[in-house]
Amino acid sequence: MDTTIALILLQDGILNGAIYALLGLALVLVFLVTRVIFIPQGEFVTFGALTLAFVVNGRMPGTVILLLIAGALVFFLELLSALRSRSMSGLPRKFLVNILIPVAVFFAAPYIVAANLPLWMDVLFSLAVVIPLGPMVYRLAYQPIAEASVLVLLITSVAVHFALTGLGLVFFGPEGWRTPPFMQGEVSLGAVSWSAQTFFVMGACVALILALWAFFGKTLYGRALRATAVNRRGARLVGISTNMSGSLTFTLAAAIGAFSGMLIAPVTTIYYDTGFLIGLKGFVAAIFGGLVSYPVALLGALFIGVLEAFSSFWASAYKEVIVFTMVIPVLLWRSFGSKHVDDEE
Amino acid sequence: MNCFPTVRLTTLATALALSVPLAVSAQVKVGVTIAATGPAASLGIPERNTVSLLPTEIGGQKIEYIVLDDTTDTTVAVRNMRKLITDDKVDVVIGTSVTPGSLAMVDVAGETKTPMISVAANAKIVEPVEGARTWVFKTPQNDQLMAGALADAMVKQNVKTLGFIGYNDAYGDGWLNVITEAAKAKGINVVASERYGRNDTSVTGQTLKLLGAKPDAVLIAGSGTPVALPQRELKGRGYAGIIYQTHGAANSDVLRVCGKDCNDMILPAGPLLVAEQLPDSNPVKKTAIEYKNKYEAKFGEGSINTFGGHMWDAGLLVAEAIPGALKTGAKPGTPEFRAALRDSIEQIKDLPASQGVFTMSDKDHAGLDTRARVIVKVVDGKWTYQPDL
Repeated sequence: MDTTIALILLQDGILNGAIYALLGLALVLVFLVTRVIFIPQGEFVTFGALTLAFVVNGRMPGTVILLLIAGALVFFLELLSALRSRSMSGLPRKFLVNILIPVAVFFAAPYIVAANLPLWMDVLFSLAVVIPLGPMVYRLAYQPIAEASVLVLLITSVAVHFALTGLGLVFFGPEGWRTPPFMQGEVSLGAVSWSAQTFFVMGACVALILALWAFFGKTLYGRALRATAVNRRGARLVGISTNMSGSLTFTLAAAIGAFSGMLIAPVTTIYYDTGFLIGLKGFVAAIFGGLVSYPVALLGALFIGVLEAFSSFWASAYKEVIVFTMVIPVLLWRSFGSKHVDDEE
Repeated sequence: MNCFPTVRLTTLATALALSVPLAVSAQVKVGVTIAATGPAASLGIPERNTVSLLPTEIGGQKIEYIVLDDTTDTTVAVRNMRKLITDDKVDVVIGTSVTPGSLAMVDVAGETKTPMISVAANAKIVEPVEGARTWVFKTPQNDQLMAGALADAMVKQNVKTLGFIGYNDAYGDGWLNVITEAAKAKGINVVASERYGRNDTSVTGQTLKLLGAKPDAVLIAGSGTPVALPQRELKGRGYAGIIYQTHGAANSDVLRVCGKDCNDMILPAGPLLVAEQLPDSNPVKKTAIEYKNKYEAKFGEGSINTFGGHMWDAGLLVAEAIPGALKTGAKPGTPEFRAALRDSIEQIKDLPASQGVFTMSDKDHAGLDTRARVIVKVVDGKWTYQPDL
């Protein structure tokens, strides 16, 4: 091992770590606001990456149809609850989000898939397909049991994860896909040349993290989410809808997941079930921060990425073992170091 | 693992089973369990597709196929097999796609005295032919057969040192063993061996380690599109030696994902992959092209891959064996017929199939020889037959 090798490994580790960081942040966010340990986070990575790969390759992604079906189901549920409460005021907006947008996406899809559009337009379209699935998943799977215990929510997450992985296989097939890189070329820094894509990924991560920081610090919705995170009942007492918070959180989580997928799809091959392992590493990162701290989750993610890169050099057969074994000392340290406060109902 | 497709397949299979009039109960029933979902789905899906092309009638005898999905899960594979035998009273079971499941099914075959034809590669499934394994046959080529072909090609290309990067599972383990053995016999040293996971997003560390060992050639032992990752990484880091792959890479999706980085890679494969390029004298050419045409007519141009070929060959073995088994006078659905079918498969001699020529015997239940392998090189994104390697 010389400096060049160490630098290349470091670069590789940071690239992967940046993706784990984004997923870790999304997991912390979802857990804080809704108490859901969001295992299906990884599925949004694959859905985002594969939807983009299909659009770029001129094929119709199956997620478009999933969006249509999920949207119809959500609207049906909303309609039922509106009839029950005899209040139709929210319905036009729900109709717009759950019926009109999916239908628009569905009819626009053949043209977008057939046309040879610039990459960023394909990215925008793919995001438009995948992101609405986030709040729909929340409405269908989590909102009806929003007040249940963390354990019940976790079990639901496992179920949602398996359902989405299965759908992923149906939509995208068993083989992997790649997308073209956002940026071509190499930048030479000292002895090692860094690919422009690495900088793009890191830049995008930093930008997303700053955007999240601004969202939580400066906007009303961000503050509402923070209030819900601190105390659900208190937030409801001051007029913050926990359903709205949950829905918004899942939208953000789906957006972060889908975007992360598109960031790594040019670097590596993405399969219908890739997301789980990436999500799991993001989860380990989130555990570093005790599922509450964004900065510690970020550091944890970078640490995991670098650890993974170096262990794949020294002991490739035990790479995953090394990464996941890290959870145990962290959990021990967290459980000894923190006072257990249970402020749930 | 993925429950929806399982349920759908099972329902479909049940619906199919019920829709057949009960009057023609004398038909031969073939049970199939394959990994249509889960990690080995890329093998199981073409296999499932192929079942729909298999002959439904042999010598006036109807053949019915019952297909179940085992989600690449060993337990489910065994459960499927028991269900097929006890509920559906099948005469022969084909499956499953992967070695662990097939090995577990061997015991059931012996216990229920039902012939079984595996479509997984490992030689352990049928060797040695004794006990429960007297009931078990398989159609894919052994890894040893393919490793031997690779070692021969390496000698011809003056390779003295070899680096290895393979899956960190049974597939990688198996290949590391057989290639080390085959290479040693030819005086080639394996100087580095690295592992990676099917779902890994990066193999930079392993690649650097391989480059550090400076081997003349590198063998990548994986299956399906994941083999493209080390291939691209090696090319991207400027590796100039020869890159070999195993027959697990013989899949058109690999070329799609890998692009021009896959040019010049060399792999052993079943003759089906390059059927059109074979000389007319090759006994495999005719059946391979027949299968290819049928498959592509139904599932689209270029959709063929060699995994489906193993299922086609298993179907051929069954079809070939049925007339012999009927001659004994045993009725389908009885233990006598199952035993007759087993004996009949064992008698098959010189049967040209899509992946080679089968000659079974009481010592050999794999039945393939060197005619079941060719060396293929990727030239301009196309599989190209290399008769000289």
